[in-house]
Amino acid sequence: MGFYIVQVLTGLSSAAALFLVASGLSIIFGVTRVVNLAHGSFYMLGAYIAYSLIDLFGRGGLGFWGGIVLAAVAVGMIGAIVEVLILRRVYQAPELFQLVATFGVILVIQDIALLVWGAEDLVGHRAPGLTGAVDIMGTPLPAYDLALIAISPVVLAGLWLLFNRTRWGTLVRAATQDREMVGALGVNQAWLFTGTFFLGSMLAGLGGAVQLPKGGADLLMDFNVIAAAFVVVVVGGMGSIFGAFLAAVLIAELNAFGILVFPEITLVLMFLVMAVVLIFRPWGLLGSPEAPGQKGQQGPPEQPLRPAPVRVQMAGVAVVGFLALLPVVAGPFALVLTVDILIFALFAVSLHFIMGPGGMVSFGHAAYFGGGAYGAALLIHYANSNMESAMALGPVLAAVLALVFGWFCVRLSGVYLAMLTLAFAQVAWSVVFQWNDVTGGDDGLLYIVKSAWADTAQSWVPFYLLTAVLCLSAMLFLRRVLFSPFGYAMRACRDSELRSHAIGINVLEQRWLAFTLSGVAAGVAGSLYVFSKGSAFPDYMSIPLSFDALIMVLLGGVKTLLGPIVGAVTFTWIQDEISRFEYWRFFLGLAIILLVIAFPQGIAGFGRRYLGPWFGIRAEEAQ
Amino acid sequence: MLEVTRLHVFYGRAHILADVALSVDKGEVVALLGRNGAGKSTTLKSVIGLLRPADGEIRFDGEPIAGQPSHVICRKGIGYVPEERRVFSDLTVLENLEVGRQAPRTGLPSWTTDRLFDLFPNLAELRTRPAGRMSGGEQQMLTIARTLMGNPRAVLLDEPSEGLAPVIVEQMAATITELKRAGLTVLLSEQNLRFATRVADRAYIIEKGRIRYEGTMDALMADESVRSAYLTV
Ligand SMILES: Nc1ncnc2c1ncn2[C@@H]1O[C@H](COP(=O)(O)OP(=O)(O)OP(=O)(O)O)[C@@H](O)[C@H]1O
Ligand SMILES: [Mg+2]
Repeated sequence: MGFYIVQVLTGLSSAAALFLVASGLSIIFGVTRVVNLAHGSFYMLGAYIAYSLIDLFGRGGLGFWGGIVLAAVAVGMIGAIVEVLILRRVYQAPELFQLVATFGVILVIQDIALLVWGAEDLVGHRAPGLTGAVDIMGTPLPAYDLALIAISPVVLAGLWLLFNRTRWGTLVRAATQDREMVGALGVNQAWLFTGTFFLGSMLAGLGGAVQLPKGGADLLMDFNVIAAAFVVVVVGGMGSIFGAFLAAVLIAELNAFGILVFPEITLVLMFLVMAVVLIFRPWGLLGSPEAPGQKGQQGPPEQPLRPAPVRVQMAGVAVVGFLALLPVVAGPFALVLTVDILIFALFAVSLHFIMGPGGMVSFGHAAYFGGGAYGAALLIHYANSNMESAMALGPVLAAVLALVFGWFCVRLSGVYLAMLTLAFAQVAWSVVFQWNDVTGGDDGLLYIVKSAWADTAQSWVPFYLLTAVLCLSAMLFLRRVLFSPFGYAMRACRDSELRSHAIGINVLEQRWLAFTLSGVAAGVAGSLYVFSKGSAFPDYMSIPLSFDALIMVLLGGVKTLLGPIVGAVTFTWIQDEISRFEYWRFFLGLAIILLVIAFPQGIAGFGRRYLGPWFGIRAEEAQ
Repeated sequence: MLEVTRLHVFYGRAHILADVALSVDKGEVVALLGRNGAGKSTTLKSVIGLLRPADGEIRFDGEPIAGQPSHVICRKGIGYVPEERRVFSDLTVLENLEVGRQAPRTGLPSWTTDRLFDLFPNLAELRTRPAGRMSGGEQQMLTIARTLMGNPRAVLLDEPSEGLAPVIVEQMAATITELKRAGLTVLLSEQNLRFATRVADRAYIIEKGRIRYEGTMDALMADESVRSAYLTV
């Protein structure tokens, strides 16, 4: 009996950090509509800063708790600074664009943390007076867990008072519903947003700081917590603090007990819970039924798609000619880089296909890229297949994943859809990561050999040409689809579900097919990638890779067809150039942030405006 | 007090307002009349700063305000009551009023919740009701009360009578007359000519984004040809 009670209490105590992080994320999204990917980084900073402050203040009670509180405040201030310096400049950009900037912030913070605190994991200080264990019917429970259990309700009550009993809180709740109207009533939104960022980041920092005695501080905390925090926010319902609390407790308890029954499942469990909740309650447990993705729409509406004018077609032919001639002039390094660029361009185009014209944002597109990669790799390993058939059949696995995941995802919209794609991708990743016997787990599948004619040990030219032909054809094919009746129907569904339904389009089916097609294209990119690298790793399905694709599309410009290609070229090229430096993440992050500020309509959007007229795109069209 | 000249506004590529000019004197009630889609809401939104004019001038008390953020314009003393009401549906009546509250202005009597509850007696009984669970008429009263909490010197009312039951329309007309008596300047947009005649001193008629007529309300009522050209459907 005591054992089970302790298990329940352990679950409650691990819910604390989760709740703190998730509530901050939810508050920030609710008011500013920014999906703050850097929220996990704020959590990580909370742990590190608390570590240093407690060292500084000494380990007495005052030093410990003072360190934790001050660390939270410090992180809050960092969040506010990020808002003022970076995000404030890009609120007018198209929806979701701000998340690119927050991704840059993640990279910058990662390297700053590495520089300041080193690569070693830090073991947290024990809380003075709470170092022992309490006995609960014969089973010991760490005394600090009791402190953690107390924290969530206290914070929850504090937030409730803040939001319901203060003018600032009232304004924040009003802004969550209609921030434009709040501005028209004389409230300076800028400071409301900064305050929100301060509060939200502070909560994340507090979460990181209070878990220090249990979990310590390490450099992987940021990505590890961000997926969990998204799940909690979505399960609880966007913008509902109480929902976040419920969801954090639910997930932490399921974990605490799941680990007893079936230890391997814990990585997946949380995402399965989310999938189940969203299928039955598409707006989370306590969320309200509105698609959060639609209200914050910023900027002028998208231009109708037009076939390319002659000069653009000529430019396209020139690019193809350039690619064809490249092997003559370029050495193997340039060819390898171009192979990467082509593969990621196809990957980004496939994501843009559903994100732009399809109106479905995916935060987990690497699932299908990795699906294609593993599909091919498994065929080579277990079916003795040759390169050609593995490459052709590899994407089938991506198709299957997209069909299954897509069936659920297309029923949602906006940020909920995005989060569900992330959840499914994480499930797929966990399976690959943990199914050692089949996938090789973390060690991956090695020796994915190419056919003799494409052997890159001899020359990269044949494989390069193969990649170029396949990627370009796939991209052109997706482009053709957009100008076909299928593409028109797809955009109709995006723009008005109701009216599309009325003219006889089966909206769900349409979205499902588009989702699957996009997954297959990502799978083609993945199966090429696995041969170009000669191995398959779980990284090919991981969240960072999904985010990379997202960054490419948004950075390039989601409202133009060229955008994803421009984004992929820029991103892959910059990454290649920069990753030779020691602190390359810092510089890549900085580069991304600067690009975001310089090109709030995306790079292609910018190019269209200034180069568009020359290419025969009418000036007034080029927003 | 409020002066708009040469106003041009675009939505993307669509030229919605072309060379709009109008002025409202202190203490006046002016109606901006026009059919659906004529550009009434666009005009009011440009004045309050929700839309950025491509060209033209907007002056309030002689001070240029075009292109400024809406909270700055609001704090100078212009209140805005939107067409779609836009109450904060999760917030109670009192909380909605709190959002609109601004510091009192020197030299003017300021609005308090008590004064507003005198003006809108039915709101008084709903103090703690979430605005989302009120009738359309009650919500319309609430948006006006919310705007008054900012102690504006001029108010922009976007189709105050739209979608209201006749008895509520009656009440709305009385309210506007009351505001005028309290010294407020009012610019309201309307399709309902009868309503406008009851409250307005002067009128402008807008059609396809251009001002087509300007005159006193009495002159407009006497001019059958203008009315049939621009107003009747
Ligand atoms: N968000 C928008 N995007 C593009 N065009 C718009 C938008 N809002 C309004 N318009 C167009 O601007 C024109 C003027 O609209 P506006 O709302 O100002 O008209 P109105 O006179 O207020 O009409 P109503 O009586 O229907 O409220 C209309 O032709 C309308 O189609
Ligand atoms: Mg209107």
